[in-house]
Amino acid sequence: MSDDMDMEDGGTIKKFMFVNRKAPYGTIYALEALEVVLISAAFEQDVSMAFVDDGVYQLMKGINSEGTELKNFSKTYRALDGYDIEKLYVEQESLEARGLTEDDLLVDVTVMSAAELAATMAEQDVVISH
Amino acid sequence: MLHIINKSPSDRNSVEAALRLATKGSVVLLIEDAVYAATRGNTAAAKIQAAMADLKIYALKPDLETRGLADRVMDGVSLVDYAGFVDLVAEQPNCQSWL
Repeated sequence: MSDDMDMEDGGTIKKFMFVNRKAPYGTIYALEALEVVLISAAFEQDVSMAFVDDGVYQLMKGINSEGTELKNFSKTYRALDGYDIEKLYVEQESLEARGLTEDDLLVDVTVMSAAELAATMAEQDVVISH
Repeated sequence: MLHIINKSPSDRNSVEAALRLATKGSVVLLIEDAVYAATRGNTAAAKIQAAMADLKIYALKPDLETRGLADRVMDGVSLVDYAGFVDLVAEQPNCQSWL
């Protein structure tokens, strides 16, 4: 375990998946998850984000938060690419249940079936849920 | 009565409970994450559609816009701003916030 964590010697790279299941803005989970993901980027791990259930709403296009005066953090998802976080997985079943398609999302994602996402989730070293 | 709901229908059953326990002629206002219930194709769309026969359904426009839903609202749902929210509270004899 301590060897795994020893990055300075070029330690083991682990597969981290951050699972997002909450809608943005109504609770703090989505914003907190982004903060943690951006921090994780500094440790040069194999990071992915999964968007499931109401978590798919985090990636909606066309957000305008002027009326509520809440911080619009949707641009941060576009910036993930710049931190080498390119594995964004969206569950097809969650999109369909909400009347959404990939075209409604503001970033390029990999849409997966529940079975495909389950397999990807199962091969992670660490899964962190928000 | 005015029923105010703020939870996503695909996360909690507040929308479903409010629709079940609201009497005919009551008013429902969807705010915060409950505005997802007002969008076409969402998990509660059929229930909202059926409820419109007996209930007047409103959704808070700033909360829809904040979630990127401004152009996805179901026909028959009326939009209000914060001033409209206040008017609904003032017009109704009583209100209930569903948590």
